[in-house]
This record gives sequence, C-alpha cells and structure tokens, in this order.
Amino acid sequence: MCGIVGLYLKNDKYENKLGELFEPMLIAMTDRGPDSAGFAIYGDDVTGDWVKFTLRHPEEDYDWAGLTESLTGALGCAIEWMQNANVAVLKLEASEASVREWLGVNASDVLILSAGQSIEILKEVGLPENITSKFNLSRMKGSHIIGHTRMATESAVTMEGSHPFSTGSDLCLVHNGSLSNHNRLRERLKREGITFETENDSEVAAGYLTWRLNNGDSLQTALENALKDLDGFFTFTIGTKDGFAVMRDPIACKPAVLAETEDYVAMASEYQALTTLPGIENATVWEPEPATFYIWERK
Amino acid sequence: MKEFDLATTTVRELNQALHEQASDVTEKEWTVTNPKGSHNLAVGLDAPVNVAIQGHAGYFCAGMNKSANVTVHGNAGQGVAENMMSGVVRVKGDASQAAGATAQGGLLVIEGNAGARCGISMKGVDIVVKGSVGHMSCFMGQSGSLVVCGDAGEALGDSLYEVHIYVKGSVKSLGADCIEKEMRAEHIEELTGLLAKAGVEEDPAAFTRYGSARQLYTFKVDNASAY
Repeated sequence: MCGIVGLYLKNDKYENKLGELFEPMLIAMTDRGPDSAGFAIYGDDVTGDWVKFTLRHPEEDYDWAGLTESLTGALGCAIEWMQNANVAVLKLEASEASVREWLGVNASDVLILSAGQSIEILKEVGLPENITSKFNLSRMKGSHIIGHTRMATESAVTMEGSHPFSTGSDLCLVHNGSLSNHNRLRERLKREGITFETENDSEVAAGYLTWRLNNGDSLQTALENALKDLDGFFTFTIGTKDGFAVMRDPIACKPAVLAETEDYVAMASEYQALTTLPGIENATVWEPEPATFYIWERK
Repeated sequence: MKEFDLATTTVRELNQALHEQASDVTEKEWTVTNPKGSHNLAVGLDAPVNVAIQGHAGYFCAGMNKSANVTVHGNAGQGVAENMMSGVVRVKGDASQAAGATAQGGLLVIEGNAGARCGISMKGVDIVVKGSVGHMSCFMGQSGSLVVCGDAGEALGDSLYEVHIYVKGSVKSLGADCIEKEMRAEHIEELTGLLAKAGVEEDPAAFTRYGSARQLYTFKVDNASAY
C-alpha cells in the first residue's frame, strides 16, 4: 500500500511553518503505511564550495564530535554540524566525493542518508508519529518537503528499506507501488556501477534515476526513460533542490491527488492527508493523469 | 433536516443512522459536513433519503446505494457509487478511478471529469459524465449506458458486452471488440432521455455511439470443439 505526501511552497509565507504543516500530512497516511516512515526536507542551504550531509548511526550516543574532528582534520576543511537524535547534519567546505571517500574508509558503520546543498533525509522504522516526534519535524523550516509511510510488500521492514531513497546530490525519491522487474534491473544497474544496500524494489527505481542522471539525462528525460524501463505499479514523487515532481505509471493503479493554491502545491496518496493545510477548502484539487510528468520548481 | 458533522462524529455513526432509515424513513433530508476525504461515506443506503455531502469524499462513497439520492459537493475518490443498485449519485466535482464500478442500476452523474476505468464492469447503471473519462473506461461493461460529454481516454469499452456508450468529444483509442456504431432514432431518443435525467444540456446529435462488435463474447459454433 504505502502513502506518499509532498508540500512545495511557492513563496516564503509558510517557510517557517513547513514542518508544522507537513507533520499532520505524514501522520494522516499512517493507515497506508505503519511500518516505517521518512521525509526529505529542503532548506537551510549551503552555497559555493560547501556540501551538506545527513548521516546516521544506529546508536543514539555515537561520538559525532569525534567523527567530525577526525574528518575535518583529515580533509583540512571548515565544518558546522548539529545532532538530531541518532542522525547528524554536517555542513563542510569540501567536495562531496572527498567526504564520501573518507567516510567509506574511516566510518563504515555510518550511513549516508543524503548529500547535497539543501536536502536532509530522515527516516526510521516505526509509526509515522513516532518518527516525526523523534526528529522534531514540527519545528523544521524549509521550502519543500516530501515524505513516505511504508507498508512493506517487496522486502523486509528495515531502516535501509524505508523511504525516501537518495538518488544523487539533492535528489530523492518516494514510491507507492511495486515494481515487477526490479531483480533483473538491479543486476543491470550493478554492472553500470550503481550500488544497492537492500533487496528493495524502490531502491532500484532510485538507482535507475541516479544512473540516468549520471549519464546526462535531465530529470524529465530520466523519468520518461523510467516509464519505458520500469515494469510495475508506481506513483513517484521526486524531490529536487528547487522543487518536486510527480509521475504515475500508465496503468495508474496507485492513487495520487494534487492541490494547488497561490501559496503552495501539495501532493498526497489520499485527499485526507491534505485537509489540515491552510486554505485547502478553496484549493484547486485534481488527480494527476497517468504517464504524465508534473514538476514544480522555484527558479 | 438532520446534520452530521464528521468533525465530531464518526463515519460509522453516520452510516448506522442512515441504515436505520431502511425500515422506516423518519428523516428525509440529511447533510454531512466536514467529510475531509473520509472513505465509505453513505455506503449501503437502502431508503429514499436525500444526502448532501458538503466537501470532498474519499473512497467508495455511496457504494451499494439503493433508492437514496446522494450528492457530493466536491470531488469523490475511487469507486464512487460502486455496485449501486438504484437511486441517484451526483458528484459536483471530479471523480477518481472506477466510478460506478459493477453498478447494477440507478443514475450516476459526474459534473466534472472521471478518472480511469469509469464504469468498469457496469451491469445496468446509467452514467453521465459532463467532463472527460480516463483510460479503460467501461472495461467489460455488460449493460446500461455511459454518456461522456468530453473526451474518452485509451481503450474505451475494451472487451465490451452490451453497454451503450455515447461520446461527444474525441476517443483516444477503442479497446478490443469496441466499435463505432450508427446513431439511429432510438439511440437519439435514449440519449435525450439520459441527458434530461442527468440535467445536462447537450445536443444528442453531436454524440457518437460506440458498442460491442460481439466478436469476443458471443458463442461461435465453429469453436465448439475448444470447450
């Protein structure tokens, strides 16, 4: 089943309330996905030569101070960082590749949830309400956010199998549905150098987009190719640095509803998740067409 | 008039109160406020009551309806009026997928657009859509009528039995065994009646009729050895 939700602000009116507006949307989709939940929030950007990482360690009392000290010592770079439960957000004046390489060698028990200049991914096994309170979602600010509540069908209930999946710098994907050709496609993508953490079908969709984008596709072209190469049911919401995109498969078995006002565009699996948004009574509400690409981005 | 505010009561309480009208109608007019996309609103009614839902409805609204007149003042989610037996269900906005699925009688009017699979496996209902319908509409439709004042998506009437389909706009593609048919006087008459019943002002002569070529479902003696 699974539930997906997204909220994109068209102006700065609600930027300070993004988390507060989004929390009830995610919790409203608990019936569709009580196994695990997560969200990707965009905001608090770094610029220039800085990069932002969201890192996770299974233990709440992990020594993040020690890690950041060793990391900055080795790379000789400036850093700002903060801890949120068992996750840390690091902002570094370094290249993404150099940080990834150092972490791979020196901190293999630390999982990279996201990397980019804006994105932060937070996800966990359990009920959506537990995850939003654990990470204090209601206090978060930003320009847009997408989230997912999972009812596992194709693979185990694990943190690694929960959404959103990072698909590259500042990109992520949430998926409602099930892919039927994920095993063969995973093998093909492995040969192309894409690595996978799980047996999850949605991770293959994420890996597929990463591969297409690495090969020079625009987001739109990558999604058009996904329509040809992915077999199965899907409603995707894809977070980008400047906005989000929504796409459903041609059969359109999986639900989706969009709502737009002058202040925001919201997406959800069901309208129930949108009812707490300001001005929703007068929003334009519609169902996205099958095999059609919708994108909203701030320029 | 009886008002049910779903901000303070549950869908179960609403449906129970409506079901109690089946034995004896004590309240003819019902209004439901704050539906907020709830599923299963006004499901399984079996009494000649009028129910107005003031807002968007979730899945299966007015499912299995018998005798009642249900109006959604907003959009309806998947499966509105599914398996309806009689009565009238009217959606003032859009309807999602599988509107009127398997419905056996009554009238379903959608004033906006309907999503994919509108009237899938319909068995006698009349459906009038003022806007357009999505792909695979009327798939395996057995009897009744589907009127579309806008356009129809891909594979209209795939594997069709005996539903009468009337479309005013374009049809993206016809499904297997669905063909365009001649609009004879009896069809103009039928369509005029359906449009009037639905309260929709359109010129019946502007519509094209589609129906079954009867090549898929009919028994052919040449194939007898296959059974």
